[in-house]
Amino acid sequence: MSTQIGKGPRAHSRGRRLAATIGSLVISATLLTGCGPERSAPTLTWYINPDAGGQAELAKRCTEAANGDYFIETSLLPRDAAAQREQLARRLAAGDNSLDIMSIDPPFIPELSLFLEPVPEDVAERTTENTLEGALAGAMWQDELVTVPFWANTQILWYRESVAEAANLDMSQPVTWDQIMEAAENQNKDLGVQGGAAESMTVWVNALIESAGGEILRNPGAPADQLELGLTSEAGRETARIIGTIGDKGLGGPGLATSNENDSLTGFQTDDGSFMVNYPFVWPALNAAVEAGTLEQSVLDDVGWALYPRVSEDQPTAPPLGGINLGVGAESDHPELAYDAIECIVQPEYQTYYFLTNGNPPSNSEAYEDPRIEEEFPMASTIRESLELAAPRPQTEYYNEISSGIQQEWSPPASVEPNVTPEESEEFILAVLRGEKLL
Amino acid sequence: MSSTTTNKRSHAADKPAKQVHSDRVKAERRLGWYLAGPAFVVMLAVTLYPILQAFVESLFSLRLTAPDQSEFIWFANYITVLTDVVWWRDLGVTLLITVITVTVELVLGFALALVMHKAIKSLRGLLRTAILVPYGIITVVSAYAWFYAFDINSGYINSWFSWLPFISPDLNWFADTWTALFVIMASEIWKTTPFISLLLLAGLAQVPGELTEAAEVDGATWWERMRRVVIPNMKAAIMVAVLFRALDAFRIFDNVFIMTNGEQGTEVLSLLAYRTSITRLEIGLGSAISVLLFICVLLIAFAAIKLFKVDLSGTTGDK
Repeated sequence: MSTQIGKGPRAHSRGRRLAATIGSLVISATLLTGCGPERSAPTLTWYINPDAGGQAELAKRCTEAANGDYFIETSLLPRDAAAQREQLARRLAAGDNSLDIMSIDPPFIPELSLFLEPVPEDVAERTTENTLEGALAGAMWQDELVTVPFWANTQILWYRESVAEAANLDMSQPVTWDQIMEAAENQNKDLGVQGGAAESMTVWVNALIESAGGEILRNPGAPADQLELGLTSEAGRETARIIGTIGDKGLGGPGLATSNENDSLTGFQTDDGSFMVNYPFVWPALNAAVEAGTLEQSVLDDVGWALYPRVSEDQPTAPPLGGINLGVGAESDHPELAYDAIECIVQPEYQTYYFLTNGNPPSNSEAYEDPRIEEEFPMASTIRESLELAAPRPQTEYYNEISSGIQQEWSPPASVEPNVTPEESEEFILAVLRGEKLL
Repeated sequence: MSSTTTNKRSHAADKPAKQVHSDRVKAERRLGWYLAGPAFVVMLAVTLYPILQAFVESLFSLRLTAPDQSEFIWFANYITVLTDVVWWRDLGVTLLITVITVTVELVLGFALALVMHKAIKSLRGLLRTAILVPYGIITVVSAYAWFYAFDINSGYINSWFSWLPFISPDLNWFADTWTALFVIMASEIWKTTPFISLLLLAGLAQVPGELTEAAEVDGATWWERMRRVVIPNMKAAIMVAVLFRALDAFRIFDNVFIMTNGEQGTEVLSLLAYRTSITRLEIGLGSAISVLLFICVLLIAFAAIKLFKVDLSGTTGDK
């Protein structure tokens, strides 16, 4: 081509320059590939959810502990849980063999289980010996352990002691949603709940319906067109009553319709703060705010905590369950080494470290025995108790459809009506599952 | 290209007379293919192939996480989409956003183009740069900027403009369809008006100065000169600007995705296709939506070119 078009000396020199550029690029690429340490042992890739650096540190520690048998490299997933699922599902379905270890949010486990390497029996036994009940339930699918519990999350009730006192509430005893709603209404304060159309809405609906003795999904594991929902039950209607009342009376503040966990925390720190259901990250965040000078110490001193509110006085609470479990991709080239690495990562000592440094509670009860935990997280025993009572969200391959359907129909809370929303949302979700409707 | 081909065919009868010219045309055509050929092949690979694959997959009931349950279902996905109120609602929202944003952008863009055209030389460079800044910002970044400005928790708009009767500190812009759409469209207009004003500036530059001067001498007012001389002479540029922006606006995604994720009735067609294919992993149904979206874009382009007679080569003077 160049001989046809360019004929002068300038064209020749341009050609030489181009050849030289390409040549130097090839050489530098070759040299660069040669940089870095020589690795004869396999490298395991661990897809992690964003955190404060704890998982990267554990990867480093376990690489050192492996004595050269393997190296663990971390690869960051998106911040949003739903986006993490999307990336993992696409990679798994495409047969990506770099998915050696994955940090997976429990609700997505059934859907991804088809692409996961089964947990060896001995590994399952060793890693679940002291696992808290709720966390273990979230790691199972169809009565089998398909992932290894790593850390477990749960929501507790955070409250301003001054507000509880003014409402004459004995917070050492279980409290109900009606009690905190009444307290907030009487004192003209805002409740910290997550009413935005996001995963947090499904978390709220699930916790309420389970606390009322019902469930969102009646027959987990059934094919899409045979799934039966429990939204229209008495428990579903009670759930709708609570959410609808909070929306209707404006008890969640003006930002309720779009609020997420961080927004709730922001509102809780203001003078309008009263009660808030939220994850344990609240505690380090409040402390950091005091240290940074953006929050008065008196506000932090006014903060108390208790178990997630009950729906009715005579039924135990069923707090939300979250967290991260570790799975191994079926296409991984080194599944045995990956499970070796997982055993290292989830050991109680490291779970304690992860809680203390990143604020994510352990799934192993043994990890709570370290005295430093009680010092750093005075509410650790409440968190642990909450994890024992926690109820997982619906376990099904079609979780995404159910969750998105709930988010669309139950948000904003002001639009929720006990006699309408449960029926409409159940009908809508079932039609979507049958492939008759768009979501 | 097409004009040279037509030219060649119409003169095919007197071959000997045009022999030399025909060789040149042939050589030009060959060079044209050499130059455009590689790009054309790449285009086919990155556009035609995915379009065909999307069409084939739209005929299947196919879920990414259940590949074994794939089933050929003819046009059932299309029926599901076209009989669902969600598709029509999203189409309505998309058309509304397209019509409003393009209209406002056209008016604002024209005003900006006039300012740039008339600005004194020393100010021209600065003015053009300043006007172009929003267009240079990545849409996701501008979407976040607008979102945080209007957000009830972190935004400053509510407190800055609380003196307006319809804005209060408790106004949650993203909790209502119309207020959310207002912010989405405002962001879209702010971001893309510079593009339309640039296209219109090119059109303004093409209006012969003698015509406006003659009209002025004849006593025409500013408004008459605009209406009778300037606008008719830059019709081609206006139509091209409208077509480009309409096609672009119809595919709106980033602003809605960042600000509301389609909640509160603000979902647009691109987002519906994304949520079905990528979030729900329903490849078959999602492909059907994508194919329908593609057909909509084709229809808009067809309507603009055939019905409104947009001449895409008009602005380049290649008539």
